[in-house]
Amino acid sequence: MNVAIIKYNAGNIYSVDCALRRVGIEAEVTDNKEILMSADKVIFPGVGEAASTMRYLRENNLDSLIKNLKQPVLGICIGMQLMCRHSEEGDADCLNIFDVDVKRFRAEGTAYKIPHMGWNTVKNIDPCMFPKNIENQYVYFVHSYYVPVCRYTTAETEYILPFSAALHKDNFYATQFHIEKSGAIGEDILNHFLSL
Amino acid sequence: MLAKRIIPCLDVKDGKTVKGVNFVNFRDAGDPVELGKAYSQQGADELVYLDITASYEGRKTFTEIVKKVAAQVSIPFTVGGGINEMKDVDRLLNAGADKVSINSSALKNPQLIEEIAKNFGSQVCVVAIDANFDNKLWRCYLNGGRVATDRELFSWAKEAQERGAGEILFTSMTHDGVKDGYANEALAKLNSELNIPVIASGGAGKKEHFKDAFLIGKADAALAASVFHFGEISISELKDYLDRENICVRKIS
Repeated sequence: MNVAIIKYNAGNIYSVDCALRRVGIEAEVTDNKEILMSADKVIFPGVGEAASTMRYLRENNLDSLIKNLKQPVLGICIGMQLMCRHSEEGDADCLNIFDVDVKRFRAEGTAYKIPHMGWNTVKNIDPCMFPKNIENQYVYFVHSYYVPVCRYTTAETEYILPFSAALHKDNFYATQFHIEKSGAIGEDILNHFLSL
Repeated sequence: MLAKRIIPCLDVKDGKTVKGVNFVNFRDAGDPVELGKAYSQQGADELVYLDITASYEGRKTFTEIVKKVAAQVSIPFTVGGGINEMKDVDRLLNAGADKVSINSSALKNPQLIEEIAKNFGSQVCVVAIDANFDNKLWRCYLNGGRVATDRELFSWAKEAQERGAGEILFTSMTHDGVKDGYANEALAKLNSELNIPVIASGGAGKKEHFKDAFLIGKADAALAASVFHFGEISISELKDYLDRENICVRKIS
């Protein structure tokens, strides 16, 4: 199977590459358009800031390329947020694959800390993108912005309020949590995506 | 619900894990990559690797270890020790670390916190503070607890947060190695003054100490080294215990 990881100006891409290797896949980390378009699966990972990563994607014409991919695409963390319509982070217009807006967590006057960092549970799992055994399991999050629960939501997590832990529309799949850092559960989810 | 995190800390010197008792007298505790994998399988939520080597050769060895950890361990890990400039941050993040922890270099050059946060995001930047309770004041120390500064724990932690730190790792030198519990009062005060996560460090000797750090100290995470390395407390037993005490922890089935 050919798996391509989109190379752009976000961190954490190497971790996704390592996670794929742990499940036996040698992926290609690339911004080459032909390779991305012909891959069996594409992963759009990353840790970064919305406005600067969006600017980079536009300058390198990766924005239209990502939107037009036809194979299963998996966005992770900032990858998921960039697939939405707009982000409050840097007031960025994003890819609009999911027509929903990314908001900043508001913790003023509460005991909650920002970023939402650590292991939290996922619920209301949609089996279209997850193995069934992950209902109520812990996965690893690090983020200060979130996608509200919407019609694309395929898993929910609660922190200050219920938010989208995962999204799905057509061939586009995305998780707010870091699949690549979520231990054995993360590997199960990755394998499930690779089997789609 | 967000789980309280249990974090084993591995001090690495010349490619091997060691643990200081009150910051001196090292005892060998094994291969850092294998140890990290074992902790991950037992249910550790994160790992911290501290490079306590001073030499250039040691730094290279440590970077190689970071790469191996990234390849083999599927939970997040933080690296610290010897991070003085952005070049060091780049090197370690490129090697696959999820976060970097800065300590002396942040005290000497607080601007470094802003640079890391701006370039990689606050979530990458852990500010570690070693403080000792001297004459009714929590005084911050440099260089692994050897050099006293004029800084005070709470104001420094607050400044670090304002400059962009994503997390504070507070080690009480007063409690470290004594195995009589964490600095819960200071932790609770830190927690009430900050709105970023706080990791408790220094003083774990029994399971009850972790419970106290979470319930009294309100810590978001608790870090320990020797009690784990020498098998005095196993992570899975610790989590069973905390779960029974109604503390939200992630248990591995």
